[in-house]
Amino acid sequence: MATTAVSVAHHPGISSALRDGASLASGSGFYGVRVSVAAAPKTSVASAHRDMRVRAVMAPQKQERSPASTGAVKQAMTATEKILANASEKTKLAPGENVWVKADVLMTHDVCGPGTIGIFKKEFGQNAKVWDREKIVLIPDHYIFTSDERANRNVDILRDFAREQDIKYFYDITDRSNFRANPDYKGVCHVALAQEGHCRPGEVLFGTDSHTCNAGAFGQFATGIGNTDAGFIMGTGKLLIKVPPTLRFVLDGEMPKYLLAKDLILQIIGEISVAGATYRAMEFVGTAVDAMTMEDRMTLCNMVVEAGGKNGVVPADATTAKYLEGKTSKPYQVFTSDGNASFLQEYRFDVSKLEPLVAKPHSPDNRGLARECKDVKIDRVYIGSCTGGKTEDFLAAAELLAISGQKVKVPTFLVPATQKVWMDLYSLPVPGTDGKTCAEIFQQAGCDTPASPSCAACLGGPRDTYARMNDPQVCVSTTNRNFPGRMGHKEGQIYLASPYTAAASALTGFVTDPREFL
Amino acid sequence: MAGVALGIRVGVATPATSSSASSSFSLRRVSSSSCVLVPSLRRAVASRDCVNGGFVTLLDARKQKILVSTGTAGQVRALAHEAGAVIEEDSGRGNRIIHGRCFIVGDNIDTDQIIPAEYLTLVPSKPDEYEKLGSYAMIGLPQEWGKFVEDGKMKTEYKVIIGGANFGCGSSREHAPVALGAAGCRAVVAESYARIFFRNSVATGELYPCETQEKIWEENHTGDYVTLDMEKDVLVNHTTGKQYNLKPIGEAGPVIDAGGIFAYARKTGMIASPAQ
Repeated sequence: MATTAVSVAHHPGISSALRDGASLASGSGFYGVRVSVAAAPKTSVASAHRDMRVRAVMAPQKQERSPASTGAVKQAMTATEKILANASEKTKLAPGENVWVKADVLMTHDVCGPGTIGIFKKEFGQNAKVWDREKIVLIPDHYIFTSDERANRNVDILRDFAREQDIKYFYDITDRSNFRANPDYKGVCHVALAQEGHCRPGEVLFGTDSHTCNAGAFGQFATGIGNTDAGFIMGTGKLLIKVPPTLRFVLDGEMPKYLLAKDLILQIIGEISVAGATYRAMEFVGTAVDAMTMEDRMTLCNMVVEAGGKNGVVPADATTAKYLEGKTSKPYQVFTSDGNASFLQEYRFDVSKLEPLVAKPHSPDNRGLARECKDVKIDRVYIGSCTGGKTEDFLAAAELLAISGQKVKVPTFLVPATQKVWMDLYSLPVPGTDGKTCAEIFQQAGCDTPASPSCAACLGGPRDTYARMNDPQVCVSTTNRNFPGRMGHKEGQIYLASPYTAAASALTGFVTDPREFL
Repeated sequence: MAGVALGIRVGVATPATSSSASSSFSLRRVSSSSCVLVPSLRRAVASRDCVNGGFVTLLDARKQKILVSTGTAGQVRALAHEAGAVIEEDSGRGNRIIHGRCFIVGDNIDTDQIIPAEYLTLVPSKPDEYEKLGSYAMIGLPQEWGKFVEDGKMKTEYKVIIGGANFGCGSSREHAPVALGAAGCRAVVAESYARIFFRNSVATGELYPCETQEKIWEENHTGDYVTLDMEKDVLVNHTTGKQYNLKPIGEAGPVIDAGGIFAYARKTGMIASPAQ
C-alpha cells in the first residue's frame, strides 16, 4: 500500500490544551505510520502540491499575548477554526476553546425530531417559538415506508410541529404507498440538504444525525448532535462547542478509473482507526480533491464520523460554486486554511497507487483489499444510503454492469437517496452505453427495481424495512457502518465498499475487485 | 417526607476509631423516589463504628430484619445495596459516589449495540417510551457479554458499565445514553469515548462518562461489586479488591449533577426558567 503518510510533530502544549473528554493518542501510537515532517501548504493548493519538497514544520501554536504589548495579532487558522470564529463573532480561535456559535441551519428527521421537539417544549415552554422558522429543516427519511405505527406517528409529530411553528422547510410525506405522490418529500436528509441548497460554504450546520458531517464537502462546519443539544438550538439558535484541531489529508495524483471517493475514505479510516479522528476536524485537500465532484466530496466527508471525527471539510472552490448555482441565493463566505496554519497531523496519499478496498465485518476500519477477499461468498448487495446512494454512485454501478453485460448473481437492492436521485436513474444517460439509463441497465442486469427513497436498510430499522437483513447473511454494501447488527441481524456480515466494488461483487456472487470488469 | 422507612440498629464490638468528615447519609430504596434520613446509620458510618467487628442490621418498613453485616463502612454499603437499599452521601453536589454491580464490555461498543435502530421509534421525551428504551439497553450486544437487562425486566442490575476504548462510537442517537440511564445505569467507566456519545451523556445528565488512565475491563467481571468515587477519582472493585485511578470528571460533572445542560443552565442563571 503506497501511502506515504506524513505528520506534524506533536506539540505537547497543543496536546494538553486539546484534551476534550476523550483520550488523545494515549501513547498507543495508533497512527502507526512512519512519519516525516510536513510541508506547510501555501494558500494556493494546486501550486503547493506541485512543489513536493518537504520543509521543516512551521512554528507551533502561538501563545496568547496581551493586546497591550503587541496590538492585534493575526493568528493563522485552519478553515474549521475560521468558520467557527466567524460563527462565534471572534477574530481568532484556537483548538480547545469552548465557544458559543450561531447555527445557520438545524436539521432533524423522523427518528430524532420528536425527541428534540419534546425537549424544546419541555425546556422552553409548550407555547415557545423556535428561534428562526427559516433555519430549521425537518426531513423525514429514516423509517418512512413501514407499517410500524410509532414510526408513522413520528412523521405526524414533525408535521404538527411544522404547522404550529410555521416551519418553512418541511419535506413532508403523507401517502406512503407512493412516494411520487408527495411533491414535498425528498428522502435521505444529508443528500436532500445538499440538493435543496441548505449547504453553503462558511456556514454552521447542526443535524441530529451523525452523518451531518457530509455537508463539510461544501466548506462549512457541519456536525451531528443529540436531541438535547438540538432542542437547545431550537430555542436559542446557538450551541456551545469546543473548537477541534484539524487533521489534514492531502490526496494527490490522478484517480485510477476503478477507484472512487469511497475507496479513499476507507483507506483513511483504515489508516487512522475508528477513533483516529475523535474530536478532530478532518480536512481534505490535494489535486485529487480539486478534481472531485461535489458528490465525491460528500462521500469523503460523510464517513468522517466513522473515524470519530467531529467534522469534515473540503474548502469551497469553483466546483462548489457551480453546484450551488440555482440552488441557493443566499450569499456565502469561503474560508480556506491559512498557509501557516497548525495542523495536528498531516497525511499524504498518492491516489494513483491505491486499490479498491472493503471494510470487512465488523468495523469501518477493518480495511482489506477487495481483491484479497475474492473468496468471500456473498448473499446480497445493497446500493444506497447518504454515503453510496447518490446519483453518481448509481451511475458508477450502472457503468460497470453495462460494461460486463452480465446479470447479477445475488439479490441486488437499490435505494436511491432522494426523489431527485430516483428520477436521475430513470432519465440520465449512462456514459458509454448508447444513452441507456441506469434504471434500464439495472433491470437488464437483474437488479431489484429501485426502491422508494429513504435510509431504508442502511441501519436496519423496523422489521418490514425494504432490504433489511433479517437473516445472518453476507452483504456488500455502499453504506457507512458495519458494526454487528447494523443492517438488522446481529450475525449479519457487512462489507462496506464503493459502488464499483458492490456492482462487481453482485456479478460474481463474491467480494470482487472492480478491475475484473473495468 | 413520605417514603419507605428503614430503621437500623448498630452495635459496636470495638471502640470507634477516628470519625470521617461529618457528611450526612441518607438511605433510600432503589425503587423509591424519595429519601429517608436514618440518623443512627449516619452517625455509625460517619464514625466508622462498624470497623472490625461492628455490625449493622437493616430493617425494612415492617421492622423485618433484612440483613446483618460486620465490617467496614464500604462493606456495609455493599450489603445495604444487596438489600435493595442505597446509602448515599448527601453532600448537596449530586451523587458522585456510586455503588453497585458492574457490567463489563470491551472496545468500540457502538450505538447500534447499545440501542439497535429498530427501537429508535421510541421517543425519549415521552415517559412511557423512555422506560421502554431502558428495557432494550444493550440488547444489541453479542451474546458473549451477557444480558445487561434480564428478559422481562425493565431495569438493569448494573449501576456501572466498565468498557474499553471508543465507547459509544457510531451514531449520534441520544437514545444510547438515554437507554442506559433509563435502565438504571448511572455511569460508564471507559478508556475513551466517541465524542457525540460523550456529549449526549453530559447534555442529558443521564450518565457520568468517566475515563480511566489505562485498560481495565479485562481485569473486572460482570457482577463484581464496585464503588465509583468521582470525588476521589477512583474505582474500587470490592470483589477483586483492586482499585483504579480515574481522570477527573471535570466540567462535565456539575452539568450531570444538575441533571443535564438545561437544568445546569437554569441553575447557573444562564437561561431563565421555562414556563413548564
